[in-house]
Amino acid sequence: MFDYLKYVREENFPHIWCSGCGDGIVLKALLRAVDKLGIDRDEAVMVSGIGCSSRTPGYVDVNTLHTTHGRALAFATGVKSAKPHLTVIVVTGDGDATAIGGNHFIHAARRNIDLTVLLYNNYIYGMTGGQCSPTTPRGARASTAPFGNLEPPFNISGLAIAAGASFVARGDVYNAKKLETLILKALQKKGFSLVEVVTPCPTAYGRRNRMANPVKMMEHLRDTAVSMEKWESMSGEERAGKFRTGVLCDVERPEYTEEYARLVEEVRTDR
Amino acid sequence: MMQGNQACAEGAVAAGCRFFAGYPITPSSEIAEYLSIMLPRIGGRFIQMEDEIAAMGATIGASLTGVKAMTATSGPGFSLKQENIGYASMAEVPCVVVNVMRGGPSTGTPTLPAQMDVQQARWGSHGDRGVIALTAKSAQETFQQTIRAFNLAERYMTPVILLLDEITGHTTEKVVIPERSTLEIVDRAAPDEPPGEYLPYRLTDDCIPRLAPFGTGYRYNVTGLVHNETGFPTNDSRDIACLIERLTKKIEMHEDDIVQWNEVMLDDAEVGIFAYGSVARSANAAVRLCREAGLRAGLLEPTVLWPFPTKAVLEMARRVKVIVVPELNLGQMAREVSLAAQCSVPVRRLGRVDGNPITPQQIVDLVGEVL
Amino acid sequence: MAGQQSAPKEPAVITVNVAWCKGCEICVAFCPRNVLEMEGGKVKVARPEDCIKCMLCELRCPDFAITVE
Repeated sequence: MFDYLKYVREENFPHIWCSGCGDGIVLKALLRAVDKLGIDRDEAVMVSGIGCSSRTPGYVDVNTLHTTHGRALAFATGVKSAKPHLTVIVVTGDGDATAIGGNHFIHAARRNIDLTVLLYNNYIYGMTGGQCSPTTPRGARASTAPFGNLEPPFNISGLAIAAGASFVARGDVYNAKKLETLILKALQKKGFSLVEVVTPCPTAYGRRNRMANPVKMMEHLRDTAVSMEKWESMSGEERAGKFRTGVLCDVERPEYTEEYARLVEEVRTDR
Repeated sequence: MMQGNQACAEGAVAAGCRFFAGYPITPSSEIAEYLSIMLPRIGGRFIQMEDEIAAMGATIGASLTGVKAMTATSGPGFSLKQENIGYASMAEVPCVVVNVMRGGPSTGTPTLPAQMDVQQARWGSHGDRGVIALTAKSAQETFQQTIRAFNLAERYMTPVILLLDEITGHTTEKVVIPERSTLEIVDRAAPDEPPGEYLPYRLTDDCIPRLAPFGTGYRYNVTGLVHNETGFPTNDSRDIACLIERLTKKIEMHEDDIVQWNEVMLDDAEVGIFAYGSVARSANAAVRLCREAGLRAGLLEPTVLWPFPTKAVLEMARRVKVIVVPELNLGQMAREVSLAAQCSVPVRRLGRVDGNPITPQQIVDLVGEVL
Repeated sequence: MAGQQSAPKEPAVITVNVAWCKGCEICVAFCPRNVLEMEGGKVKVARPEDCIKCMLCELRCPDFAITVE
């Protein structure tokens, strides 16, 4: 048994997420990783934007900052730049981070600032009632795509890698233990690290796409999430409709706040 | 000798600003450029963000760690920042937002002066809230008003807007920088209670919350949602009213401390001129020219535009026969003057929107016409 | 798989926080030993003696509502 209550704001429970929503599973994986690393709660800041995912920090007993839609990474960049010793964790969603906040997402990755980003990808805008998002699959139904979505989805992890993130992993809530390991690695990485978490939204996505039952959505994750090793051995045909999970990118690049600290050492004149 | 924009950067550093996030935009970019040199040299942080919205967000984030933080922009960027300015009002995060005004709407006239954002400074972000906005007419005043902007932000836990314009920002002139020890510098109040008893938005007599910097052992929640004393979201109608009313009351109840203005020869004036920012320079010259010509003109020159100097305007209205309001827009502040004067005297506006400054002679001519 | 593994000697203590459980049934569906059941829209520990403490229910409960000791 893991003592989650040690890290949560119990007075805010039960949480607002729907029955079968995966967001709570991600939060639990995060708390286990934070515990393993012994992160000081006073020195941890969780920053979020708007959406279901962005309600996560409110449940965690650290310094928490619930910002405007899409802007979590901008606020987090201010926090981290001003006080680089703080551990800054950003919680966001597919709409928050890659639609309205897309610019901040690619630039935080490019800047390689030491933030750990958990991006809950549920393929939909859940909180506002199921509108299609930048990751809604082609053909899937949403409240604003009643005849099926015409647009191709973003590959979020691919986007972060292309933008220069130093650590990118993809996990899912069916494989919750593995998810914890990926989050732990992301927290340990100095630089911009992203964990894209595929997580079900039975209410807004499932209901419109013949998976209203939370168990069905978890079974779908079980059947479509594929480890990196297995992925390599699969043919293109076998990969159809599936996604790979694991560490997708782990490279060493200069981290922004460290570079800035070095600049200050070089040019400082006040001592 | 320095540009108004440089005086702004100097004032910020003197006030204790150690974080600046910005995005390039004419005619404010020099503020960012100067601070990109100054801040690393004193261990402060400068960051150029990916857009105006991000610059505002980063400024708020930095301030929550206890660091005095600023951003600077101009018209279009000011529009983009509005949502997060409202966030700073709602979450009560002190910061300074400089708007070196240019002509609008839209991209407008990037290199020419205007004062078209004065109402936007008050009402630009959605929702009800009190707003503090300062202005300055010279590089010297810009230096002082930048310090005052930080002091008011820290004292009242709110974003403070400094409205400069292209003339003030780009005019190079003499600035006397006083000894640091002679400057009044205000830092935000620390919580009165230990973390265990802490309520970040505790109701106090002065309506001002004591927000502890992140990382100091006070673990609390900050949100743009309506929240109660704990900082957590609420839909309780009493809590909603309590917060929204307090955000306005917090500024209104301290108006006497916030609002400031200068008066020039108003005692015996028949015509009262209301002018601010760079136009106040022309208005000062116009008062001299009027007096030389035997016209009894005086000047009310607010250095704080919001809260609006209602009492000073009403006082002036009781003394003069007519008020004239020259400004680089089509009557944005003239409206406020009319309201404050309570129809006791006629208010004539002189709006110039062709990208040129209002000259002293234009004001003199109007004074002659109305007398 | 089920039935081949013998239950550990120390019996598991499975606790459900009924107030927090939202009845998604994920724990019930993926329990390898069929320990859990649904009752009145909430999870019920029906056969604790069969529990092998794999912890999957606790790991996957989105509601912080089930613990295994």
